[in-house]
Amino acid sequence: MREVSVIGVGETQFGELWDKSFRELGIEAGLRAIQDAEIAAENVDAIYVGNMSAGKFIDQEHVAALVADYAGLADQHLPTIRVEGGGACGAIAIQQAAMAIASGVHDIVVVGGAEKMTDVGDVEAARILSSTTDQEWESVFGATFAGLFAMMARRHMFEYGTTREQLAAVAVKNHKHGALNPVAQFQKEITVEMVLGAPRVAEPLGVFDCAPLSDGAAALVLCSRDKARKFTDTPIDLIGTGQASDFLAVHDRRELTTMDATVIAGKRAFHAARKTPNDVKVAEVHDNFTISEIMAIEDLRFVPKGKGGFATEDGETALNARVSVNTSGGLKARGYPVGATGVAQAVEIVRQLRGEAGKRQVTDAGLGLTHTLGGTGGTAVVHLFARGD
Amino acid sequence: MKAGIVSYGGYVPRYRILPKEIGAVWGVDGEAMGKGLNIRAKSVPGPDEDVITMSVEAARAALKKAPHLDPKDIGAIYVGSESHPYAVKPSATIVAEAIEAAPIMTAADYEFACKAGTAAMQSTMGLTLSDMYRYGLAIGADTSQGAPGDALEYSASAGAAAFVIGKDHLIASIDQTISYTTDTPDFWRREGQAYPSHGGRFTGEPAYFKHVVSCANLLFKRAGTRPEDYDFAVFHQPNGKFPVRVGKMLGFTDKQMDTGLLVREIGNTYSGAIMVGLCAILDIAKPGNRIFAVGYGSGAGSDGFDITVTGGLEEIDRKAGRTMRSMVEDVKFLDYATYAKYRRKIRMREG
Amino acid sequence: MAIPRFWREIPSRYNLVGSKCGNCGTLDFPPRLVCPRCGRRSMGKMERRKLAGRGTVVSYTIIHDAPKDFDMMKPYVLAIVEMEEGLRMTSQVIDVELGDIKIGMPVEVAFRKLGEEGEAGVIHYGYKFRPAR
Repeated sequence: MREVSVIGVGETQFGELWDKSFRELGIEAGLRAIQDAEIAAENVDAIYVGNMSAGKFIDQEHVAALVADYAGLADQHLPTIRVEGGGACGAIAIQQAAMAIASGVHDIVVVGGAEKMTDVGDVEAARILSSTTDQEWESVFGATFAGLFAMMARRHMFEYGTTREQLAAVAVKNHKHGALNPVAQFQKEITVEMVLGAPRVAEPLGVFDCAPLSDGAAALVLCSRDKARKFTDTPIDLIGTGQASDFLAVHDRRELTTMDATVIAGKRAFHAARKTPNDVKVAEVHDNFTISEIMAIEDLRFVPKGKGGFATEDGETALNARVSVNTSGGLKARGYPVGATGVAQAVEIVRQLRGEAGKRQVTDAGLGLTHTLGGTGGTAVVHLFARGD
Repeated sequence: MKAGIVSYGGYVPRYRILPKEIGAVWGVDGEAMGKGLNIRAKSVPGPDEDVITMSVEAARAALKKAPHLDPKDIGAIYVGSESHPYAVKPSATIVAEAIEAAPIMTAADYEFACKAGTAAMQSTMGLTLSDMYRYGLAIGADTSQGAPGDALEYSASAGAAAFVIGKDHLIASIDQTISYTTDTPDFWRREGQAYPSHGGRFTGEPAYFKHVVSCANLLFKRAGTRPEDYDFAVFHQPNGKFPVRVGKMLGFTDKQMDTGLLVREIGNTYSGAIMVGLCAILDIAKPGNRIFAVGYGSGAGSDGFDITVTGGLEEIDRKAGRTMRSMVEDVKFLDYATYAKYRRKIRMREG
Repeated sequence: MAIPRFWREIPSRYNLVGSKCGNCGTLDFPPRLVCPRCGRRSMGKMERRKLAGRGTVVSYTIIHDAPKDFDMMKPYVLAIVEMEEGLRMTSQVIDVELGDIKIGMPVEVAFRKLGEEGEAGVIHYGYKFRPAR
């Protein structure tokens, strides 16, 4: 099996991009990644696109071929693959593309992730987001996406003494990081009081406990490691990936306060990379809700179970603390165009490992992790990246 | 061989609105209105409740009290209501599925203003007596609507009752039943109309009183009884005033009528009205007690029942589930705005 | 939601019909074709089994941003309930004051409207929970 490296990254602005269509977003990110990699269109062997629900958001399926077409690659007749896996689709696309390279089928693959969420109203967008939950046995009974995470939060508070303030600390930290990221949707700091005082969405979660609806796209150029040096002096190696699934409905899971999919995906990735959670200096984790980050840093073994809230409140996951979590601002502040998520997280980690993260640069970042959820945890994907030099 | 009641169950939603609250919106002294009608509050269905959900709750309550009852022995379900959620598509089939009586049975919806439920009782009596099936389930349920500002808005409420009718395992025998029916248009709702219309004072003398009194007198004659032979009396109760007056006219006392007179606390539950009253009586009755019941439906007709409680009442588990009294007393008051929202009186955006 | 999609689930939505694994005896809801614990050994041994309809609240939330079918009821309580039979289900808890809901509260099943396909469309019914009494 061949090793795989990242040789180019690109992303769009994240936010409510009224003047940008889905196809424009996808192309913008893809072309930036290709420019960053300094490759020519002819070098690309295939395109993988992570997208959650273009069919519902913009009524358009078949988006991988569409993106290739508008990227000016129709004449190349490239194989294009759209990957679906709820919010984890972008992260799964990276894994699938890496496997295609590792197997020797392709040498260079562009992986994109994109979502255009603001062409529908808020209520409709919430309905579409909840379509990754069990429609027949959760949604029909009044369960919203936020509501299901809220029940995890409530149980976490009950079992471990996690507080509302600790949940809020996640949002405050990620907004602080987002303020340092020029592509973030929210580049503005907030306070614990603002989080606690915000309108309720699904108690105990309020508006500031939830990632926003966003438009945006991100892209990576993956290359077999033996050829990566031809294109860049700073290849970033994908040294381990793990994916795991779980019961789709939250109520069927072993526990409400642990995502087994995250635990297993993390173990698989660390095992493949022969690393431990202690080696990770910088991580992008799936903070679609504040409770999600708390559970993620526990399930990834950055902190003991039940201590995620306390660790966050104590600043252990802030920029350049023990482990810098969500330096991009995370889904909360950078934005949450669902399909782009896994790829955007990888873009941030690559920038950190290259030392190109500007004001939010983590010092001595040698190993970075991304963690992406599909739905309420029915899917989890963990990737580990390291400097190739 | 007599037919009678095998089990019973009632349901009243917990929401209430006070006459004062309604009157305040329409510039009327609601409190005085309520006093005049002898209605202290009326029940209001929750936004996720309708005739079907309440019928299911009542039917399940009846089955819960009588564990010996196999729903598969119920050969017919008739749901009487003037507020069926569907104009076309039976409420009864949904009830049948929800109590696992389907599919080898018959089902239909009845409508006869406020006496569709008692009409269902009579039908099931006839069909069980003819051995067409072992048990029939007769339901009276309504989420009745008075037009905003109309006098009916102070009384039109929500409730349901279900009676399993059969010939064996009787908790009460129906010794006699008789009806009195004429064409008297005192209250109606045309197809497609959201709210009913009524003939004002015409609903009184020539309608309610004439039919109830005529039916009651026929029932006395047929049963060979007098008012003092009965422990309980219950009449259709469009408000708290009519049944008390008609009872007095017939020679009944307040004490006989008190138990079944739920209208004072929950309003007029239409097809459910006399039946929830009967449920309240059965909740406290003893073997040997006799019950005199005369319903009324506009349009118009009365169904009368001469009922004797049997020893079977002690055999069922009356404590299983909630009593009528506990439901009547489990109350959450609404303001008019919330009531209007719950009853879909506020015009919403499409889609 | 398409009519057949709801119609085919009526036994479970109305009457809590789940499945019991003939191999290990564990109950699941909704009914499964394969037992998550026994896998292949359960194939062909999954029997339909009705739940009693009683349980306790494992976790809950108060929903303020509601989907269309529940908009009239917001804010409302949603809960994950552990049934007597050991499995868990998610639904709304009705007839409860928002301040009274808590983890461990015993609840029982109720029959309510779950939604409707517009004012002219089919109405969907099914289970919700209410405080046990």
